[in-house]
Amino acid sequence: MSRRDRRVPRTRSGRMPWVLVLPALAGLLFLVSPFAGLLLRAPWPTMGRRITEPEVLAALWLSLSTATVATLVSLFLGVPLAWMLARTEFPGRRLARALVTIPLVIPPVVGGVALLLVLGRNGVVGQYLHSWFAITLPFTPTAVVIAQVFVAMPFLVISVEGALRGADRRYEEAAATLGASRVTIFTRVTLPMVLPGIGAGAVLCWARALGEFGATITFAGNFPGTTQTMPLAVYVAMQRDPEAAIVLSLVLLLVCLAVLAALRERWTNP
Amino acid sequence: MIGTRPPHTLSGKHPVPGAGLDAELRLKRGRFTLEVHLSCPPGRVLALLGPNGAGKSSVLRALAGLVPLTGGHLWLDGWDHTATAVEYRPIGMVFQDYLLFPHMSALDNVAFGPRCQGSGRAASRERARELLEHMDLAEHAASRPRQLSGGQAQRVALARALAAGPRMLLLDEPMAALDVSTRAAVRSRLRHLLEEFDGVTVLVTHDPLDAMVLADHIVVLEGGRLVQEGTPAEVARRPRTTYVARLVGLNLFRGRAEGDTVTLTRDGAQVGPVATVRVREPYQGPALVAFPPRAVALYRERPQGSPRNVWRLRVEGVERFGDQVRVLLEGALSLAADITPAALTELEIARGEWIWAGVKAAEVECYRF
Repeated sequence: MSRRDRRVPRTRSGRMPWVLVLPALAGLLFLVSPFAGLLLRAPWPTMGRRITEPEVLAALWLSLSTATVATLVSLFLGVPLAWMLARTEFPGRRLARALVTIPLVIPPVVGGVALLLVLGRNGVVGQYLHSWFAITLPFTPTAVVIAQVFVAMPFLVISVEGALRGADRRYEEAAATLGASRVTIFTRVTLPMVLPGIGAGAVLCWARALGEFGATITFAGNFPGTTQTMPLAVYVAMQRDPEAAIVLSLVLLLVCLAVLAALRERWTNP
Repeated sequence: MIGTRPPHTLSGKHPVPGAGLDAELRLKRGRFTLEVHLSCPPGRVLALLGPNGAGKSSVLRALAGLVPLTGGHLWLDGWDHTATAVEYRPIGMVFQDYLLFPHMSALDNVAFGPRCQGSGRAASRERARELLEHMDLAEHAASRPRQLSGGQAQRVALARALAAGPRMLLLDEPMAALDVSTRAAVRSRLRHLLEEFDGVTVLVTHDPLDAMVLADHIVVLEGGRLVQEGTPAEVARRPRTTYVARLVGLNLFRGRAEGDTVTLTRDGAQVGPVATVRVREPYQGPALVAFPPRAVALYRERPQGSPRNVWRLRVEGVERFGDQVRVLLEGALSLAADITPAALTELEIARGEWIWAGVKAAEVECYRF
C-alpha cells in the first residue's frame, strides 16, 4: 500500500476535537509523571548495593510468593464462584453477587479489621482454630495471603464471571447433547473457552494482591521477614530513609512491568 | 456402519411400545404455544419446514431435552425419554453453525461423545478416526475447526453427533451456514450420509429444497401448529396453506441424466410416454430434477423456438392462493404451474382440458441423487 492510500482515511476523519484531546493528554501526563519523578529522584549511584540488601530481597520475595499463592487460592475458589454466579440460578444469587463485590468497595483497612475480628486469636472463628487446632493466623505469612485473597479475589470473580457471561452457551449445550456431565462440560468446554478471561482476571488479582497494604498491615502486621511485604516496606522506609523507599518503589514498578509484558506477549500471540 | 449406543441405565425411563420416534410435544413460553405430534420410523428422515418463529427450533430443542416440555411425551425406540436429561438421551445434534469446539482438533471433537459415554481415550479416538475416514476427512483429523471449509465442518459436526451411536439425529438448519455455490454438492453428500444412519433423523430447515432432497417425510409448522404433513411430493403438489404453496412450490422429479437430458422415472400417477427434461447443467447418472412452479408457462398452442421443455398435459385442478393461481397438471409428468389470475382468464383453462406447459432449461436444476 502506498503512502498516498494510507493518508486517505486520515484526511476524511477531520481534526481531532480539542475538547477531548486536551483532557486526554492531561490525564496521560498525570498518570505518567509520578513514575518520571521516581526515575528522576532515584539514587542511581547506590542502586546496586541497596537493591541487594537482605531486607529488600526478603520483602520482595515475600511479596512475590504471597501474591502468587493468593492468586492460586483465588483461582481455586473464585473460578467456581464465578461459574455459580454466571451459570446457575439459586435463591439469593443477586445478593451473593453484591456481597462478592463488597471487598472491592470497602477500604482495605476495614477488611483487615473484619478479618481480625473473625480469624484473630479471639475472633469468631479464630478462637476455635486456636483452641482446637492450635492454629494462630494473625501476624503470619498465611495472614498476608488471607488478606490478599480477601481484597483481590473479587477482581478475579468479576472478570471471570464477565467472561462466562460473554461465552457462547450453545457450545455447552452441544457438549450436553453429546452426553457430557456438567463437570465435564465445565472442564473440557467452558474452561478452555474462557481461558483468556481467567488469565486477565488472574493478572488483575495478582497485581491487586501485590499492592495490598491496608488489610495486610491490620491483619498480618508489619514484621520484616515474615509479614512485611514490599508496599509495607516502602511505607516504613519512607519514614526513615526516603531514598530507600524510592529504590523499593522502582523495584516494585519494574517487577510489575516485567510480569505484565511477559503475560501480554503470551496471550496476544498464542 | 454407524453403530448403536447401549441402552442407558441412568435415565429413569421405562419401556413403551413401538420403534422409532413418537413424540407429542407441548411447549408454552410467554404467549407462544407449541403443540405438535411427530412420528418417524427408524432409518427415515423427517423434515420440519416452516417460517421463522414457527417453532421449528423449539421442537428440535425439546427433542434434544434442551428445553423442558410443558406436556406430552417423547418415545424413542420403545423407551419413554420424556423426563430424560439431555446428557442421557440417545441423541446426536448438528447445530446450525456446527458449534465445533474451537480449542479441539476435528478428531477430538468427534471423540468427545464416545469419551463422555465412558469409552477409553484410545477407543474413542479410534472410533473418531474411523468416522472421519468414512466421511473423507482423514487428512483433516488434526485440523482445528476454523481451518475447515463449511462442507468439511458440517461433516465433522455430523461425525461428532454420530460418534456415540445415537438413536436419533437432530439437524438444525444444516445447510444455512454454507455458501450458495457449495450447497448443492454438500446437500447431496449429506443425503447419502443420512441414508446410512439406521436411527431416526429429524431436521429443521426453512429451505424447501433441503426438505425435498433430504427428507422422506415433511412436517410443515406455522405458529407452533402442524399445518401439513406428507411425502415431499405430496406437500409440493398439494400445499394446504398459502405459506406452504409459496415456500414448497417446487416441482421435483427423479430420473437418470445423460448430458443435459434427464429421463424421468415413472411414478404411479403418470400416463402416456415417459417424460424427459432438459436441464441447465449437464450431468450423468441418477439425478433429482427441480424447478419452481412460477417457472412454468402455459400455452394454448405449442410454443415454438427457444431451448425449452414442452409437454402436453391435462389440467387436474386450479387453486387460488394469495395473488397467484396454481394450476395442477397431469400427464407424462405431474406439474404445478403458478400463473396470474389474468393469465388464467386469458387461457380459459378448465379442468380436464389438455394444454401445453413449457419450462426453460435454464430454470431447471439437476442434482445428484
